[in-house]
Amino acid sequence: MNAFFATVRRDLLLAMRRKSEVLTAVFFFVIVTSLFPLGIGPEPVLLKKIAPGILWVAALLATLLGLPRLFAADHVDGTLEQMALSPSPLGLLVAGKILAHWLLCGLPLVLLAPLLGLQFDLDASALGILTLALLLGTPLLSLIGAIGAALTLGVRGGGVLLALLVLPLYIPALIFGAGAVEAHIAGLDVGGHLSLLAAMLVLAAFFAPWATTAALRIALE
Amino acid sequence: MRKSIVHWFKFASPQSFYPLAGRMIPWFWAAAAVFGISGLWISFFVAPTDAQQGEGYRIIFVHVPASWMSMFIYMVMAFWAGLGLALNTRVSAMMAQSLAPTGALMAALSLWTGALWGKPMWGAWWVWDARLTSELILFFLYLGFMALQAAIDDPRRADKAGAILALVGVVNIPIIYFSVKWWNTLHQGSTINMNKAPSMAQTMLWGMLLMAMAFWMYSIAVALMRVRAIILERERHTEWVKHAVG
Repeated sequence: MNAFFATVRRDLLLAMRRKSEVLTAVFFFVIVTSLFPLGIGPEPVLLKKIAPGILWVAALLATLLGLPRLFAADHVDGTLEQMALSPSPLGLLVAGKILAHWLLCGLPLVLLAPLLGLQFDLDASALGILTLALLLGTPLLSLIGAIGAALTLGVRGGGVLLALLVLPLYIPALIFGAGAVEAHIAGLDVGGHLSLLAAMLVLAAFFAPWATTAALRIALE
Repeated sequence: MRKSIVHWFKFASPQSFYPLAGRMIPWFWAAAAVFGISGLWISFFVAPTDAQQGEGYRIIFVHVPASWMSMFIYMVMAFWAGLGLALNTRVSAMMAQSLAPTGALMAALSLWTGALWGKPMWGAWWVWDARLTSELILFFLYLGFMALQAAIDDPRRADKAGAILALVGVVNIPIIYFSVKWWNTLHQGSTINMNKAPSMAQTMLWGMLLMAMAFWMYSIAVALMRVRAIILERERHTEWVKHAVG
């Protein structure tokens, strides 16, 4: 477990030394959500209706933005090979890297979402559900995205390819995440949506580091 | 027991699979032609005009088999990919690679014929129905698989990376399907209920089954032709390919 926390600490430290990369994804999230009212028009009723979907799609894209960097730098300077050779299991180190990615790219979005939701006239309880859904959903996005990042490591046109591979797999998270907020606004029970989101998170937390490790070993061959 | 294992693994080598595929292809083409001609004959001349949908319904004789094949080929592709990953057999990975374009073609055909059917029946080329949406996502999954394989130059790495993607995809397909279905029932405002299929005349069912068999045979024949091309391309440095091509 020490190796796990050491990896998390190392990745966080590296990101803190280069803050601009992390902040870019956060600003991207803010800008994309602000573009929708400009494109659609300032009608509060319409904006309130589409707010959950917009915030979730923007979160999806913002997470995607940070994914190519998840393994790229470590692959180029050989750190990844040393990790594969180290006595601690690679899967554990990969899980640490994914957690660090979520702390850097996912958690800021969760914290910012209520603020952006206010711009769309969501009330306090809907904002709470939105934050909770994103809290469950963004780690899922990081976990699934890590598989795509490992598969496209060092591949021609990796960034665009990554989007093509990962976005279809993000659809269930989008449906249940945005659906939870929509159901709440419509006065329905949100327990089912959140439970399914949590179930997918548990499933991904078990399988994704494993699949990512397999993909990384292929890339390192 | 031991003997049979040896026998099966014989065709895991590209050199022995290449002629076997070559011998099988004409039979599958012939079967595709027989099933296709009889299926088309039944669907155009024998099957009665539908009371509600008129002549336009006849597109289902292409649409339904194409949809079936698009889903089934993904499963077969994932099976070969997983086998190739587990046993490190080259032909398995080549089979997975050769099935992907046919699967994508079937998904595209299914979407296109679905749109052609939807316009006269529903008055819209596209509705966000659960089945249409999941078929579209399946099409995206095929595109992702082919794009990943095309982007990696080293064929061995392309095989293995593609295999992992296919397996991740196959785990996700049920999750995607049920989430799309639930999403659709939550937003039930504008959709049309497709689940209540009207009872079908016997001849219509026969036409559909024959067309499905024709699509099966076509898919197998084309996949085998493609896998032969892939084998030749990858094994071009070997002696037997130089002999085979002449």
